[in-house]
Amino acid sequence: MAKHHVTTTINGEEAEYLCEPQETLLDVLRDEVGLTGTKEGCSSGDCGACSVMLDGRLVCSCLVLGVEAQGKTVETIEGMADGEELHPLQQKFLEEAALQCGFCTPGVLIAAKALLDTNNNPTETEVRYWLAGNLCRCTGYDKIVRAVMDTAADMRGA
Amino acid sequence: MNEQPKQFKWVGTRTIRPDGVDKVTGRAMYGADLTLPGMLEGKVVRSPHAHAKIISIDTSKAAAMDGVKAVVTAADMPLADPTPVASGEAMINLRDLSDNVIAREKVLYEGQTVAAVAATSADIAERAAALIEVEYEVLPHVIDVLEAMKDDAPVLHDYMFTGGIKPKPEKASNVANRVEFSLGDIEAGFAAADVVIEKNFTTEPVHQGYIEPHAVVADMGPDGKVDVFCSSQGHFMVRAFVAGLLKIDMSKIKVTAAEIGGGFGGKTTVYLEPLAVMLSRKAGRPVRMVMSRDEVFRASGPTSGAALTIKMGATKDGRITAGDATLYFQAGAWPGSPVGPAAMTAFAPYDLENVKVVGFDVVSNRQKVVAYRAPGAPISEYGVESIMDELASELGIDPLEFRAMNGAKEGTQAAYGVKFGTIGMQETIAAAQATEHYKIPLGPNQGRGVATGFWFNIGGESCAGIRINEDGSVSLTEGSPDIGGSRASMAIMAAETLGIDVNKVKPSVVDTDATGYAFVTGGSRVTFATGMAVVDASKAAIDEMRARAAMIWDVDVDGVVWEDGHAKPASTNVGDFEPMSLAELAKVANKTGGPISGHADINAKGAGPGFGTHICDVEVDPDTGFVTVLRYTAIQDVGRAIHPSYVEGQLQGGAAQGIGWALNEEYIYDADGKLENPGFLDYRVPVASDLPMIDAILVEVPNPTHPFGVRGVGEVPIIPPLAAVNNAVAAATGVRFNALPLSPPAILAGLADKE
Amino acid sequence: MSGMRYEAPGSVDEAVALLADANGAARVLAGGTDLLVQLRAGMISPDVVVNIKDISETHGITAEGGGFRIGASVSGAEMGENAALVAAWPGVVEGAELIGSTQVQGRATMTGNLCNASPAADGVPALIAGGATCTIAGPNGTREAPVGDIPTGPGKTSLGNGEFIVAINLPARPANASDAYLRMIPRTEMDIAIVGAGVNLVLDDDGTCTAASVVLGAVGPKTITVADAAAALVGSKVDDAALEAVKAAASAAATPIDDKRGTVAYRTKVAGVLAARAAAIAATRARS
Repeated sequence: MAKHHVTTTINGEEAEYLCEPQETLLDVLRDEVGLTGTKEGCSSGDCGACSVMLDGRLVCSCLVLGVEAQGKTVETIEGMADGEELHPLQQKFLEEAALQCGFCTPGVLIAAKALLDTNNNPTETEVRYWLAGNLCRCTGYDKIVRAVMDTAADMRGA
Repeated sequence: MNEQPKQFKWVGTRTIRPDGVDKVTGRAMYGADLTLPGMLEGKVVRSPHAHAKIISIDTSKAAAMDGVKAVVTAADMPLADPTPVASGEAMINLRDLSDNVIAREKVLYEGQTVAAVAATSADIAERAAALIEVEYEVLPHVIDVLEAMKDDAPVLHDYMFTGGIKPKPEKASNVANRVEFSLGDIEAGFAAADVVIEKNFTTEPVHQGYIEPHAVVADMGPDGKVDVFCSSQGHFMVRAFVAGLLKIDMSKIKVTAAEIGGGFGGKTTVYLEPLAVMLSRKAGRPVRMVMSRDEVFRASGPTSGAALTIKMGATKDGRITAGDATLYFQAGAWPGSPVGPAAMTAFAPYDLENVKVVGFDVVSNRQKVVAYRAPGAPISEYGVESIMDELASELGIDPLEFRAMNGAKEGTQAAYGVKFGTIGMQETIAAAQATEHYKIPLGPNQGRGVATGFWFNIGGESCAGIRINEDGSVSLTEGSPDIGGSRASMAIMAAETLGIDVNKVKPSVVDTDATGYAFVTGGSRVTFATGMAVVDASKAAIDEMRARAAMIWDVDVDGVVWEDGHAKPASTNVGDFEPMSLAELAKVANKTGGPISGHADINAKGAGPGFGTHICDVEVDPDTGFVTVLRYTAIQDVGRAIHPSYVEGQLQGGAAQGIGWALNEEYIYDADGKLENPGFLDYRVPVASDLPMIDAILVEVPNPTHPFGVRGVGEVPIIPPLAAVNNAVAAATGVRFNALPLSPPAILAGLADKE
Repeated sequence: MSGMRYEAPGSVDEAVALLADANGAARVLAGGTDLLVQLRAGMISPDVVVNIKDISETHGITAEGGGFRIGASVSGAEMGENAALVAAWPGVVEGAELIGSTQVQGRATMTGNLCNASPAADGVPALIAGGATCTIAGPNGTREAPVGDIPTGPGKTSLGNGEFIVAINLPARPANASDAYLRMIPRTEMDIAIVGAGVNLVLDDDGTCTAASVVLGAVGPKTITVADAAAALVGSKVDDAALEAVKAAASAAATPIDDKRGTVAYRTKVAGVLAARAAAIAATRARS
């Protein structure tokens, strides 16, 4: 079966890849494009480790076919910092130790950024429900939720 | 031993972890992130049966497929010696481990590996795996621990006779072993009691639930040298097991520790690593293998499910007179459940005169259990702490007060043989009593529960190297995979000891060729034991720098002291020399004898026992049985928090796992012994919206055997939640439950029984 | 390699032709949140996957004849962002928004939830309670059908060869009408309903219920419309007595099974509890 030739924009740069029809966007990002910051934890949309933005919408890249990215924009963890400058969420996660093993962290950061981009004053409950699709087994979520809320407070103050 | 300056510069501060930027930017390399030129992808063929004889395996169709480069079965693995070796916190028999890696004669659980394939793509490997024909003779199976002990139960191993009883039984059984720990005279103890409570409890197996599936890349050359890159809790453990199973010299195997995406004990053994090496040897190319989530649930982890009987007695004035426990633990398909530590820890939080604990290690047709955070202790202590609550309530004594009245303290003789030194059990109870949380009034359908927990903590073998670089920066090498921020603590302890800025220290977890042996990252040992090695290595480097200064000043080395990062004359009698900084000494090292370093290869002793007390508030919906955790406080004696944020994180994460264990996590099997919930959808780990903030209170009773007073902290926090939640639910509903998980259907059924 | 083809037609006719040609070996891709999981798990191996998201008729939420037309590729997140839809049909939207996480919400569609034909589908009970219909395109043109006619059993639908749903239509709302959907899961998120209950009702100016529909999910092979529960509401002020009757009727109507997610006893009882609670919420909304 012929591979599909896909042209897309990843982290602001045009990207091209060949993919099989059944390959997911997660497979493509990791294996074809070499962006391994997006993690595979379940491949069934239950853990959120593979979260990316697709045309500005938060999705699990394991639930998107690679061919579906044709003509769309994809944002991954590798594009979150601006050169040497970390995104405020990345910085806050480091300062407040909102990660332990770090495996869920890329997905959590992408999801948290999607939240703060639309709501810079979320309640604790809103943060918790927004991030309910990002499993973290290390932290008990406490420091993650605090870091997201503290980043929001900083962004409001700035 | 215990050097405690009044004030620390770095210990106790919240520095940015050295591996942090890599982990927030996606640059950190986990097990599945490495790609090598020419790399193949490996897939596994797994048993569809819970118990069956392997009649034949035909790999010819798979081997003939385009793109397939190697197929292996048990025939490709040498027959292992049945010699017990250390595996995490338990001992394992290499023969059993070999069978678990790839089945030889029988399959003993659904999901057990029977063959593996390497091909040019994952898709080809998967389709080739489907072409491997395995003929089975299905045997009767047994899943439940009590069923497995029955006389007519299918026997998994016809060579297994229960150990620990005399005379040796005449009939093979699924009971691998019996253990017993006792102290005093329980009959006399119960005779002296005014109140005696005895209950049966059950818990279900739960999985560690790390988000990163097992993953490995192995590359074996024709010269017999092996490179392995994998995510594990101990790359020296991986080296030892690969060497032992495949009969390769350890010196020929180099294992590099990938960043590890969670383990909690579950990555203290090997599953894929030997297979990847075998496939790579056959194919002559690097091979990557990554488990799917389904495979993780079916074929790795979990910890035991168990059945317990706990009996305790107390006098009217609140003194516990005796404790008696019988523990039946599922080991999975081969012996090795954590019933031993469960038996040892069961009553350890208390100062009791009369104790008896008997434990049974029972095999059944489930995957082999592996360590999970304080292996065994959450289960036995859940039963004991639930009875403690009921006793307190019968006696009309506040449950924390009751625990304080009976709590272990310095000098307490534990039933498992140890007399406690400096411990913080009483301090954690006092801290719990002092919390605001304990005083907040509760509403209708709400209840509060408390529980304590004890874990030994361990030390063990660790090595560390400190190299003073020419520019005065410091490279720190060690061999303990960093599972939750340990490099941050290592850098802090080195900087504190050397007296330099923490940012001048770069800690690295290096491969097995580049540092000396380290036991696994487990037993809450890394900050304690590897930390001790780091301190010792730093001190060795300091001694060398003192010698260099002495040489420069032409004085005796005893006349040089190290203070605040500088070599200084010990007194004016030595001479009037300007102190020399570490950087200044580094700069002239080539003129004073060459590179400066310090090394320590130790077997750390004296890990301080850990105690914790937790408070949990819940609300139970009486119409649906849904339990909401409203508030949670975890208090623990941490000895000394080197990096308080990561210590708090251990308490919070452990509490969350314990809450999941209490409320919704369980393995569910169908009638054929097949797992019904091998995914995160139906294996319900807590999600962010399930939990409240978890207040972590650090009590510091320094461990006198560690230079900074460190006690292990990682395991204790998973112990109290099971009973804390159970006790809170009892308070909210008026019904005492004695089976986990407390899922909504279980709660509603319990409430209906009450009516 | 697996032999699967991927097509992304730009028109309804092209999609129908592709589906019809495949003769049952095709799968429609809208949000993909069920489809990709089933593909990955090897539960299905279609010859062709037809992505319908490039078809303009499947886009957008439009007000039509006092009601709404929701395109088949509209995600749950888009529904939640549509203030007019949320105001008129809060129960339908909350059902759609309970499907999976925020990430899944960005993709999952109500139509897909319907066509996946799981008895536990969160998006469906409120749609049926609300009297929703769907617009189905097929080789013989388009037809309309009640939403409740689509699933015929677990994993099975009444859609013919070459047919796919283009949009779901919600009818016009009288005054003082509202709806609600509740489900029971063991966690707060990321789960499949053990029981679901959707209630749609209309009150008159006095607050007396004039029309009602109560639909249960996950307690039978298909959703169950509980006529006795609706009858208990009509004519009442949706007071405690009426809610008790709803509870009893819903529990009586439930025909659940024991499985890994729940027991018969549990599902039976909780079906009543949730139906009564959903009715109370719908009434409160209708009054405000």
